[in-house]
Amino acid sequence: MSSYSVTAASPAQKWLAGTLVIAYALITIMPLLWIIATGFKSPSDAIAYPPKVTFEPTLEGYVNLFTTRTRVTPETLEQLGEPTTWYDRIVRQYDMVIAGPSRFGERFLNSVIIGFGSTFLSVFLGTLAAYAFSRFKVPLKDDLLFFVLSTRMMPPIAVAIPIFLMFRTLGLSDTHAGMILLYTAVNLSLAVWLLKGFIDEIPREYEEAALIDGYTRFQAFYKVVLPQAATGIASTAIFCLIFAWNEYAFAVLLTSGNAQTAPPFIPTIIGVGGQDWPAVAAGATIFLVPVMVFTILLRKHLLRGITFGAVRK
Amino acid sequence: MAEVTLSHITKRFVRETALSDVSLTIPDGSFVVLLGPTGAGKTTTLRLIAGLDRPDAGDITIGGASVLDLTPAQRDVAMVFQQYSLYPHMTVRENLAFPLRSPVLRTPEDEITRKIAEVAEVLHIAHKLDNKATALSGGEMQRVSIGRALVRDPQLFLMDEPLSSLDAKLRSDLRVELKRIHAALGATLLYVTHDQIEAMTMATHVGVLDRGRLVQFGPPREIYENPVNLTVAGRLGLPRINALPADLFPGAPAGAATIGLRPEHIVHGEGQAAQVTRVEHLGDQTRLHLSLAGHDIVTLTDPHTDLALGDSLAIAPRNPLYFAADGARIA
Repeated sequence: MSSYSVTAASPAQKWLAGTLVIAYALITIMPLLWIIATGFKSPSDAIAYPPKVTFEPTLEGYVNLFTTRTRVTPETLEQLGEPTTWYDRIVRQYDMVIAGPSRFGERFLNSVIIGFGSTFLSVFLGTLAAYAFSRFKVPLKDDLLFFVLSTRMMPPIAVAIPIFLMFRTLGLSDTHAGMILLYTAVNLSLAVWLLKGFIDEIPREYEEAALIDGYTRFQAFYKVVLPQAATGIASTAIFCLIFAWNEYAFAVLLTSGNAQTAPPFIPTIIGVGGQDWPAVAAGATIFLVPVMVFTILLRKHLLRGITFGAVRK
Repeated sequence: MAEVTLSHITKRFVRETALSDVSLTIPDGSFVVLLGPTGAGKTTTLRLIAGLDRPDAGDITIGGASVLDLTPAQRDVAMVFQQYSLYPHMTVRENLAFPLRSPVLRTPEDEITRKIAEVAEVLHIAHKLDNKATALSGGEMQRVSIGRALVRDPQLFLMDEPLSSLDAKLRSDLRVELKRIHAALGATLLYVTHDQIEAMTMATHVGVLDRGRLVQFGPPREIYENPVNLTVAGRLGLPRINALPADLFPGAPAGAATIGLRPEHIVHGEGQAAQVTRVEHLGDQTRLHLSLAGHDIVTLTDPHTDLALGDSLAIAPRNPLYFAADGARIA
């Protein structure tokens, strides 16, 4: 048996900790699993009571999500002959035919453009501002930093009406550029503060060494500071993306036909005859994927990022 | 290589004056060591020469031309920092290549490979070239850091306590190595330390800084044998110089307040009787702690001495140093 240690956990403590973590993980992941499962249910299974845990999976929700369909008479159906594709077959069960693609694809693309565009812009501007605040003598630095932070002291939606009027006057309503600017403005304060913390932690000696080694201030920033701030930049990017990706209120208010993102679009699926929960769940599932992939790709930076300041590398 | 001069340099920070009216000439090819307690302005001097800070008054020239308006990159100096010396996201090889790839030097790749191999050989880090900088021991890091200065051929090397974080053995190895490099390259070095062995063994010139002023500048032996004041006298010498009231021994000149006795200034076997309070056998020497009229004196004696606690030993000064009440040397 190993020797007594004050700091190492005993097997019992490890078991307890492990059980608690797994229980917590199950509780938090439950709604997510339910949404994913609902996406593969038939409409009747989706609303069955008591809820069905086991069911026959179908892609009906996904077909409904990506298509628009019209009901046709049995005569027309017979004229059409046998369905040629698997998705035609699904639709025919309900005496319907596929009329064309839905707008989910373009809404999703809008989300990608606006979400990643504003994330890139927030992190880019945030890094430059954070570096300046961290390294240079900026007049009124503390006041400026407080001002930057103060933009987050009320819910952004509280200024929805002025922003709505401003966007209308400037012709930014329902444009990608408008939404990117808006989300960037909201995210920037978070980005500046988070990144300033990270850059403060990078000793100045590295840049000074680079300056003496023959590089300019900007090159030193680019070659020495940026690589070391990668952790901070990655976690800041994840936070910014999650906000921009999930944002609903401004998207409802400011976008419609052109730049509408997925969050305000997904609930509209529900309104077309019957309550099509599987299609909504399918939309939500697909909507989750990019943030999940992005987070998984950057996850090795994330842990250190979230606990920054608390542990030394 | 070039001569470097500082003339009437003053540098103030928000609350304190770091350097005041410092003038100093670093001759071409010399190894100048700056000595002084923490906060004396040693590092500030290096940073001003490197161009990381700007003096409030005075001028700095390298090779005869003022460099005040030049960026650090344009000054063509190399600097070894006390810590955070390597770029942690790069390998050892990339660290060494970094200054050579700078827009100022733009060294061709085959030349870079050759120079890195050369320096790695000298500093015994050839087998570590592809390691991440963070995967090195402290001694290896500092050697790479010195290597990053050596791959260039700068006008001046600035070193800020480069050996202070190393263990004793490595420190003495690198001391010899630095001295050898200095001789081989004919390089000009400005070296900050508070280790007197480094100062005595490597320097061609020693500058002693105290509270922002350059108190004395000269060859190490001169600093040791002819200190201008008590502070300088206390910087060099192990065990430290004994500062005692001048009237403890007869023969003090007029105006002398303090008598300074190094071990070689103390003759054993004649004069006043002192009590032995402690005997420290260090192997190659023995340190003797004495008490004379309530004053502690530390001196050296024969390694195989028979003296023990409580013994009495007569001592007398020989060619001692005398200082006035304000610390200035008077004889």
